[in-house]
Amino acid sequence: MEKLNIFEIPALYRDDFRITGFRFGSGKKSIAIVGSLRGDECQQIYMCSMLVKRLRELEQAGELTEGQEILVIPSLNPYSMNIGKRFWSTDNTDVNRMFPGYSLGETTQRIAAGVFEKISQYHQGIQFASFYMPGRYLPHVHIMKTGIVETERANEFGLPYVLLRTPRPYDTTTLNYNWQIWETEAYSLYSTTTRVLDEDSAVRVVESVLRFMKVEGVIKGEPEPVEKPQILSDQDMQSIRPEKAGIFKNFINVGDKVQKGQEIACIQDVYDGEIIEEIIAPHDGIIFFLHDEPLTYANTAVCKMIVSERSGSF
Amino acid sequence: MVQTITSVMLPVDEQLKIQKNRITAENGGNGKRISIVTGIHGDELEGQYVCYEVTRRLEENPQYLKGIVDIYPAMNPLGIDSVNRGIPGFDLDMNRLFPGSYDGAMTEYIAAGIIDDLLGSDLCMDIHASNIYLTEMPQIRINELHKRKLVPLACKANVDFVWVHGASTVLESTLAHSLNSRNTPTLVVEMGVGMRITKEYGDQLTEGIFALMKSLGIWEGPVEKTRKPLIGERDDAVSFLNSPVSGIFQKECNHGVWVRKGQLIGKIIDPLRGKILADVEAPESGLLFTIREYPVVSEGSLLARVLRMSEETWQAKMEKRAKQIGKAG
Repeated sequence: MEKLNIFEIPALYRDDFRITGFRFGSGKKSIAIVGSLRGDECQQIYMCSMLVKRLRELEQAGELTEGQEILVIPSLNPYSMNIGKRFWSTDNTDVNRMFPGYSLGETTQRIAAGVFEKISQYHQGIQFASFYMPGRYLPHVHIMKTGIVETERANEFGLPYVLLRTPRPYDTTTLNYNWQIWETEAYSLYSTTTRVLDEDSAVRVVESVLRFMKVEGVIKGEPEPVEKPQILSDQDMQSIRPEKAGIFKNFINVGDKVQKGQEIACIQDVYDGEIIEEIIAPHDGIIFFLHDEPLTYANTAVCKMIVSERSGSF
Repeated sequence: MVQTITSVMLPVDEQLKIQKNRITAENGGNGKRISIVTGIHGDELEGQYVCYEVTRRLEENPQYLKGIVDIYPAMNPLGIDSVNRGIPGFDLDMNRLFPGSYDGAMTEYIAAGIIDDLLGSDLCMDIHASNIYLTEMPQIRINELHKRKLVPLACKANVDFVWVHGASTVLESTLAHSLNSRNTPTLVVEMGVGMRITKEYGDQLTEGIFALMKSLGIWEGPVEKTRKPLIGERDDAVSFLNSPVSGIFQKECNHGVWVRKGQLIGKIIDPLRGKILADVEAPESGLLFTIREYPVVSEGSLLARVLRMSEETWQAKMEKRAKQIGKAG
């Protein structure tokens, strides 16, 4: 393992801004893994630290394939993490809206460019991503459909779900999208949480990356057999949006199977505790995303369910 | 008449409302409509004075109003009230949410309601104030996709500068792009600086708005002669200057002046060691239309923008403008 200085900006009063990477093996640039891009992505940096630890053990045991190189960058944004702010510490821009970056541009464009120059050389890229809304997710692989990535290969992670998404205008400056434009096969992996650690889903996602590396021949060994994942698109998902704002109480968890008509959550009045809305499952399905803040806005998704036939047949 | 165009309930006993004031000709008028929009970014306040001043002048002289003027001073009321650029709670840039969706999250629902209300205006002005970091000369920015329709309108708006910039996919989510691509001509004004009001600029733009209203048949009262803007249209028309180091920017030059290539615009200083870290020099000769206002900079922070122009062209334009103003006076 070699610790690398990926990118640096000298600072006036703070310690210099540094992005640190860990390289395993040498030769063909096979896989790059990126953790937190935002200051609140604690689970994402944590998963990278687990991965670095595991890869170091595998390297010491001689389990890495000769002639293959793996790069892990746990955080692109130590500055924001250290002050507990989601976006860039000074101008509140989002590093994940700056790709492919511009080395002569604004600070976050330079950060994106400095990192992208290195990670776009890899054949495959994996980002531990998070969602902009607070909540818990079922671990899954997320693929932005640009025609570059073969959906089939996402099966190699062995996670139960692969979500396909058609890019929207605001996606075109994300890391995932630009990796693909520069011909790196890109996968975003979601675990359950962002700001708080969730050990089970962290282990699961890290194991899925190691499984993917085995199938790709980057590390040695036979991958454990797994069931084929379910491929999901927007049509397979239903968002549940309460009409009322208030205190959000849920009676279920992500991954639960629910039946049509089942009460899955309710909204209570913040002043008198009266139930002002019962949230009922509109179909049989599996809870894929669940809001986890005490208060909720009106008309804003508190839950996303998988309602496609396969889940309905449970 | 103040109307609520869209609203949602917040969790604790508060309704989020987007409001407008509709001012109509006494007899109903000719149906022509201009919409004045501001406050999409909660830290940009220059448009607040413009909304007030346009309304004040209309109410003082209602006999000249022949159409409809819709004033929307606060597209992001939660942001304005809490000194947040984006939408608090979500930390989203509201100007990346359009055209929105009635089936979407609260933020998208609001965006969809705004678009629906603005559609069909004969002209929409979306007034921005740069951000808290940069000061701008009054200017209008136009996506090259819509330049044929918008440049002639922008030239009547009494701004100093019209910047036609390249199209970018990410900008398709802006209010202006959403309206322009739906046949509602929308001009994006940038002027002044975040968190402040520059009255002089507000008065200048107000004159421009009345001149535009006159050309659209909405206003028949007297208007002042407007200035002819400089136009930057080629890709290389504008030169950007980013900070070479992190430090404190000390401005040595005000915006709105012609600068020679190599001229000192400012310095980056290190107060801890009492040293100059870098001299900041004009990258090209031309009009300095943007300058850094917020002193703390990181490597890469934007310090200035210059519209490339020879000294002779600049002087010729200034003489012409002085004559124009002389005649109007």
